[in-house]
Amino acid sequence: MRKLLLLTTVVLVGLVFIARLFYLQVYDNSAYNIFEDIAIKKEYNYPKRGYVYDRNGELLVANQPSYDVMVIPREVAPLDSLEIDEFCRLLKITREDYDKKLKRATSYSPRLPSPFVPQLSKRDYAVLQEKMRKYEGFYIQKRSLRSYQTTIGANVLGDIGEANRATIAKKPYYRLGDLIGNQGVEKTYEEVLRGVKGIKFIQKDRFNKNIGPYKDGIYDTLPVPGKDITITIDSELQAYGELLMKHKRGGIVALDPSSGEILAMVTGPSYNPNDLVGRNRSKNYTKLHYDTIAKPLFDRGLLAQYPPGSPFKVMNALIGLQENVIDVNDTYTCRLGYYYGSRKLTGCHHHSNPTDMNHGISQSCNGYFVHVYRKIIDKYSDAGEGMNVWAKHARSFGLGDFLHNDLSVGRKGRIPDGDYYDRAYGDNRWGSTYIVSNAIGQGEVETTPIQLANMTAAIANRGFYYTPHIIKKIQDDTIPKAYTTPKYTTIDKQHFEPVIQGMFDVYNKGTAQSLKVPGIDICGKTGTAENFIKIDSVKTQLTDHSIFVAFAPKDNPKIALAIFVENGYWGSRFAGKMASLMIEKYIKGTITRTDLEDWILTHSLEDEYKKPYSGEPFEINRGAKLQVIDNYATELPDTSGGLKL
Amino acid sequence: MLRENQRHFKFDWITIILFLLLVGFGYLNILSASHIGEITSYFDTSQLYGKHMMFIGLTLILIILILSLEAKFYEKFASIIYLVAMLALVGLFIFGKEVNGARSWYGIGSMTIQPSEFAKFATALAVARFMSDLQTNMQTLKDQIRVAAIIFIPALLILLQNDAGSTIVYLAFFFVFYREGLQQIYLAIALSLIALAVIGLKFGVLITAAIAAIIIFSVYFLRRKKRGSILQYITVLALCVSFSYGVRLFYNHVLKPHQQNRISLWLRLENDPVKLQRMKKEEAYNLIQSEHAISSGGLSGKGFLQGTRTTGKFVPEQHTDYIFSTVGEEWGFLGSSGVVLLFVLLIIRILYLAESQKSQFSRVYGYSVASILFIHFTINIGMVMGLIPTVGIPLPFFSYGGSGLWGFTILLFIFVKLDSNKINEW
Ligand SMILES: [Zn+2]
Repeated sequence: MRKLLLLTTVVLVGLVFIARLFYLQVYDNSAYNIFEDIAIKKEYNYPKRGYVYDRNGELLVANQPSYDVMVIPREVAPLDSLEIDEFCRLLKITREDYDKKLKRATSYSPRLPSPFVPQLSKRDYAVLQEKMRKYEGFYIQKRSLRSYQTTIGANVLGDIGEANRATIAKKPYYRLGDLIGNQGVEKTYEEVLRGVKGIKFIQKDRFNKNIGPYKDGIYDTLPVPGKDITITIDSELQAYGELLMKHKRGGIVALDPSSGEILAMVTGPSYNPNDLVGRNRSKNYTKLHYDTIAKPLFDRGLLAQYPPGSPFKVMNALIGLQENVIDVNDTYTCRLGYYYGSRKLTGCHHHSNPTDMNHGISQSCNGYFVHVYRKIIDKYSDAGEGMNVWAKHARSFGLGDFLHNDLSVGRKGRIPDGDYYDRAYGDNRWGSTYIVSNAIGQGEVETTPIQLANMTAAIANRGFYYTPHIIKKIQDDTIPKAYTTPKYTTIDKQHFEPVIQGMFDVYNKGTAQSLKVPGIDICGKTGTAENFIKIDSVKTQLTDHSIFVAFAPKDNPKIALAIFVENGYWGSRFAGKMASLMIEKYIKGTITRTDLEDWILTHSLEDEYKKPYSGEPFEINRGAKLQVIDNYATELPDTSGGLKL
Repeated sequence: MLRENQRHFKFDWITIILFLLLVGFGYLNILSASHIGEITSYFDTSQLYGKHMMFIGLTLILIILILSLEAKFYEKFASIIYLVAMLALVGLFIFGKEVNGARSWYGIGSMTIQPSEFAKFATALAVARFMSDLQTNMQTLKDQIRVAAIIFIPALLILLQNDAGSTIVYLAFFFVFYREGLQQIYLAIALSLIALAVIGLKFGVLITAAIAAIIIFSVYFLRRKKRGSILQYITVLALCVSFSYGVRLFYNHVLKPHQQNRISLWLRLENDPVKLQRMKKEEAYNLIQSEHAISSGGLSGKGFLQGTRTTGKFVPEQHTDYIFSTVGEEWGFLGSSGVVLLFVLLIIRILYLAESQKSQFSRVYGYSVASILFIHFTINIGMVMGLIPTVGIPLPFFSYGGSGLWGFTILLFIFVKLDSNKINEW
């Protein structure tokens, strides 16, 4: 027994040691990661971010240098109060800021660099650079910021900002302080524009002194510069759209139907992209972000999801023809609405009768389209099946789903089908008369302006579309094939001509007669969308949204667009005028309908937008008074006045 | 005559190979932990690894010398060797040189020599000599006190020179005494004292007293027949409580702040996060760096000379007391558990050989060698991995330093010589 005491103790200690080693090295040790090794300093070399050009080769976004003061809290040498005050003066911060920033940096990591004061001006940098050596633990890091060569297109171009911790956790490429595209093409083409940063691994000793490249630099990489991109935007058209949208809220999406390229993507209100560069970025961003009433960061062209109203009637005409339930020449007599027995399902306005398809479209007759719509649904023995067929056709125009394009935001919209109403009313407990609002785009159907623009492009093309996209060219690369492959609708080509003729007659003898542009054959359709908000939790109706879709010329169309103006009342009142102007601007380059232009520039909806928040009772639609302004802008927004390098 | 010669060279090659493996592998790690910049020559004596190479060279000469002396020499001269070693320790008070607060070095020119490293084998010889004396009876208190004095003298001298780590090594002899017949009660007492000290520090005297009372009175009530007087039990309890209280007093008033901190960190006594943070900063820097270096090694390590923390000299004293963290970083779990295995095998081999000795002198000496190596191994590696409080003692054969390497080599090879001679004992 006595012989065994030491022997067993030795064996036991050996086992405990091996267990401890196993715990430390194998169990508790996620594989060795050089990036977490404090003995290896990582020095990053940021490449030039790619430039952004418009479709005509005009430079929109370039770069400018910026200087950040960084801190490694562990290495900050103690400073006396006077020294700190002097440092604060140089940095233009208060003593409280200094303490707060240092504390925040320490809580992030005492040994990793954190941004201390970002984006110094060139002048501050020049002064500070001389004195930096006095402040151990602080250093200046040069970075490249965006320099916008224009004041337009903030929603298109987007911005870059520091990657937040959630992003860093998901994408290990980024480190605290790295810049990342935040909205617009900066976000969707982040990896193209960004390039790849280079890295140098440097062996440090425990006093944090560099003692040479780690493993002679075999892991070091050179930066790969970002690629320049050309976007599909026509900056002149974009600028004109933004001018027209002044004093209004809404969105314009204009496409080239022959390619799906987005010519203009306007949202109002917007902001100057230069506001989100430099030291005031975070202040300005916060201001934009918290403006929950005007929502300048909300891209209405992509996100404003509403029932489309009358433009959707042409969809029902197309489906009716494809399903062979009507003939172009079939007529319907509208008695100021559609009657089911003695019950009036929907109203209509005064117009001549009888109504055939052409007349129905140009006069925007509700009764005619309810008639067509019911015929489509009731063609099938089961209303659910009828709805599914109807929905399949509508969805083939890119409605009711994301467009799967290269824009940073978007919404699905809604095209209801049989299941949708089975859920709403109960299985088979509904019929075509329940859902006639879909006939005139007022029911459960919802679309965004870009979806409407795309639908219009598909009509302009007589049955196919290219996914609307923003990228035109990537330096040394090609654009995704998905954007250059046509997508066909389920409507046969021959059915489009009569419908297009109807849209053409909207201008000739219909609801947009006053909006004709000499020399251009425009096809279009007006629309309105009812809308409601909650004021003190009471559902309140506001003035209708003004909606318009159009394309031109009728043959070989060059532009298709959808315009949406919040609370603009009827379609031709705001949106229609703007559509004519945008089309004329794009096709002719000059404006002959200066009367329309004057009207749009002198009429503001800002009073209209204030009404719900005034606390006073207000009238809508017919009862609302139009606001005329005199100090309006007539100049195009500056397309070249941004920060110069 | 031939046969005689064969016997003469019948050294235990297993021990020798284990020794060579440890020294060789130790050298590689010292090289890694101490090189600065390019390695131009392995014999560059301006570098620590070059010096260590020289120490290893001298060690080989030393081994030949030890093995060529008559085995009887060590037994005969044990007392004199012990006496010389003790004088060397005493001499430190007059001629000693202070390094890192410990006055445990002689400076000879540019060389320094640490006599405490040599006092270990000297004490082991003296203990073996005394215990193998036919007159000695370990069962008697008188001889127990005498043998205790043999180890107490060097331990005290070293403690007075402020080298607490090396003092603890002398606890190794407990294993020797126990093997040679020290009563069971001593083992029980030793274990009880350790328990009392730890529980007393961690949970306070009251809880310790309560636990001790429960155990002692349970024994009293269970031993119905031979239970004896209850007064005896109360006395034992009182002793327990006073010991536990004494440990606290010792901890609070005798230990230096850095020693307190080490124990506090180990037993997790500090609850105030601010103080804890400060304590860690002051006291645990080495330990944290060493643990990080070890765990960053992973399963198979970063490779020889590739340890980033080793290259960056993140672990202070890495080539001496913290050499095992280099093994951990560069050779990973496989390499470091290999080293643990080598030590365990070496100690078991020595134990096995010790048990097979015919003379009591050889057996006791062998047992002492195993115990001393074991204590060093346990304390050093346990400390480097954060299992026990920081105590500065080297890892035998591995750590940088001439005195240490020579001290352990002499310790081991005297036993190799004694073992080779066991047949001649008849
Ligand atoms: Zn009608």
